[in-house]
Amino acid sequence: MDLFEYQGKQYFARYDIPVSAGDVALTVDEAVAAAEGAGYPVVVKAQVQVGGRGKAGGIKLAADADEVRLHAGNILGMDIKGHLVERLWVEHASDIEEEYYASFTLDRAAKKHLLMLSAQGGVEIEAVAESDPDAIVKLYIDPVDGLDLATARQAAVDAKLPERALDGAADILVKLYRCFTEGDCDLAEINPLILKPTGEVHALDAKVSLDSNAAFRHPEWEAYAATEVLDDREQLAKRNGLQYIGLEGSVGIIANGAGLAMSTLDVVNQVGGTAANFLDIGGGANADVMAAALEVINFDQDVRSIFINIFGGITRGEEVAKGIVEALGRVELRAPIVIRLDGTNAEEGRRILAEAGIPESRLRSEATMLDAARAAVALAGKN
Amino acid sequence: MSIFVNADTKVIVQGLTGGQGKYHGLRNRDYGTNVVAGVTPGKGGQDVEGIPVFDSVAEAVAATGADASFVAVPPKAAPAAILEAAAAGVGFVVCITEGIPAQDEAKVFNTLVRDYPGTRLLGPNCPGIISPGKCNIGITAGEIALPPSADGPNVGIVSRSGTLTYQALHELKEKGIGVSTCVGIGGDPVPGTNFIDCLREFEADPETHAIIMIGEIGGSAEEEAAEVIAANVSKPMSAYIAGVTAPAGKKMGHAGAIVSGGKGTAQGKMDALAAAGVRVGQNPTEAGELMAEIVAAL
Repeated sequence: MDLFEYQGKQYFARYDIPVSAGDVALTVDEAVAAAEGAGYPVVVKAQVQVGGRGKAGGIKLAADADEVRLHAGNILGMDIKGHLVERLWVEHASDIEEEYYASFTLDRAAKKHLLMLSAQGGVEIEAVAESDPDAIVKLYIDPVDGLDLATARQAAVDAKLPERALDGAADILVKLYRCFTEGDCDLAEINPLILKPTGEVHALDAKVSLDSNAAFRHPEWEAYAATEVLDDREQLAKRNGLQYIGLEGSVGIIANGAGLAMSTLDVVNQVGGTAANFLDIGGGANADVMAAALEVINFDQDVRSIFINIFGGITRGEEVAKGIVEALGRVELRAPIVIRLDGTNAEEGRRILAEAGIPESRLRSEATMLDAARAAVALAGKN
Repeated sequence: MSIFVNADTKVIVQGLTGGQGKYHGLRNRDYGTNVVAGVTPGKGGQDVEGIPVFDSVAEAVAATGADASFVAVPPKAAPAAILEAAAAGVGFVVCITEGIPAQDEAKVFNTLVRDYPGTRLLGPNCPGIISPGKCNIGITAGEIALPPSADGPNVGIVSRSGTLTYQALHELKEKGIGVSTCVGIGGDPVPGTNFIDCLREFEADPETHAIIMIGEIGGSAEEEAAEVIAANVSKPMSAYIAGVTAPAGKKMGHAGAIVSGGKGTAQGKMDALAAAGVRVGQNPTEAGELMAEIVAAL
């Protein structure tokens, strides 16, 4: 789950990482109130989960309430690379002497935590990695050992941060590492990390991605779920506990297992079709889950055919079949179904479907994944 | 022969008294696996359909001589369960649990490397391992796997995805090709056992004559495997990578299946494997057909 900048800063604040005084605003009036609270001059920042906000005109400096009104009015409702601006973050403007970069991630190849630190901040780190890879210090940290202050300070020395920034940077790195580990982040990034003329080091931006597997020990994350960016289809799927990702195509996909679901998308693509979604009903899915999955697919206006691809392991064929029959009784499906059912109790499942008396124009069975994909794509073209 | 497990492997099930542990543990026993004990703290002295339950792994190992463990407990409890098995001297631990936080997983992995080098972890978030006809630990439906034939050729399977593993077993069975061992390494970011571990074992296993590898988007495990294949794997291989059409920046069901910053794409992985001499199929069926061609030529 990706956080907005303001949520990231609020999360940082829980770990004592210094951020600018500010507040979130949904309206122009709230923006002015936030500015009054933070103290002028302020920066008015669009809250969208996409890079390049500044270039798009989504970040503006304001010296007084009139300027806040002007900029807040312009930015709210703005479309930045397809992201609608619904919220602003208004914070006290910082004096910037230098800009750095700092982030923690899990390096999957090394199986260790990775600190990336650079004296070249405020620009995309990928660009720095491209133009001047030596400007990025990479420190691998054993998760069992963690990161101490001396090691963090040495990383700052290695990154050629100036002497007067070293202590402040080391302090923030240790706090950011705590945020990353105890806070269960997939990514905790500060870009830019700034040095003020006063000598303080400070997080001017926040990019935080949370590991949803750890939600059980973070009740505070519930507040973030409310603002998660999901389209209508994704919201309906989430309410039903389904792993769903909306796409642009016309063949609705239901499969059991993430790998098989991905593979189903690929096969549909290979035979000339386009998938409307990724949907994994998971292992051991029963009739209710299948019915819910069909309802989610049916909600998508662009779906012209539905390809159900099941290889039963824990998931049982007869449960899948019951779910389809039940869903057909519950909702009027817009699109016809093509099903490929294999594995555990597949024969019984096919028997249940055959005996349900569903016309072949609404439901047909194919023996292999490829044949089923071809049939589904042909139907999507016809409808 | 087979890799990691064989007909003599003695298995305990951590979480045997729970829903998942009981269902799959008993299915594994029905398949013929030596399921010798269960472990559930506080339920020592009970039994599950004749399988004795102990309070701790150490007690279970002392009483039965078990050398493998099947961890089927919820995400909160799984990291401690894995480390308990390692501390009790269990050499092979299979964890099917999905949803373990990445931070816990990284800690467990590095703790095993440092303190328990004698323990191999398979998973988490994996379907387990099956050596058809000998041993099945995990959730794979045993009947879809064809046992190896005495005179071969037989195929080894290693896969990041559960259902695609079944698909591969199914494709080979349809073609009458036996399987030496099928290993599901799981879809999480920090798997205890990776492709390379399995490829080296298959290379050394006299019963394995060819290898199918099934990868997916995200990370660089397939690219790293390709380097090892080019240098150290002489047995012929076919492969399939899921997620050619996956959009960037989205976790495709598995926690580890994500294309980020242009890295971890299916195409990059397919290219790396093809360059290492692996025959790469565009879908699981094609990977199976390629394997049938390979086997026919052996």
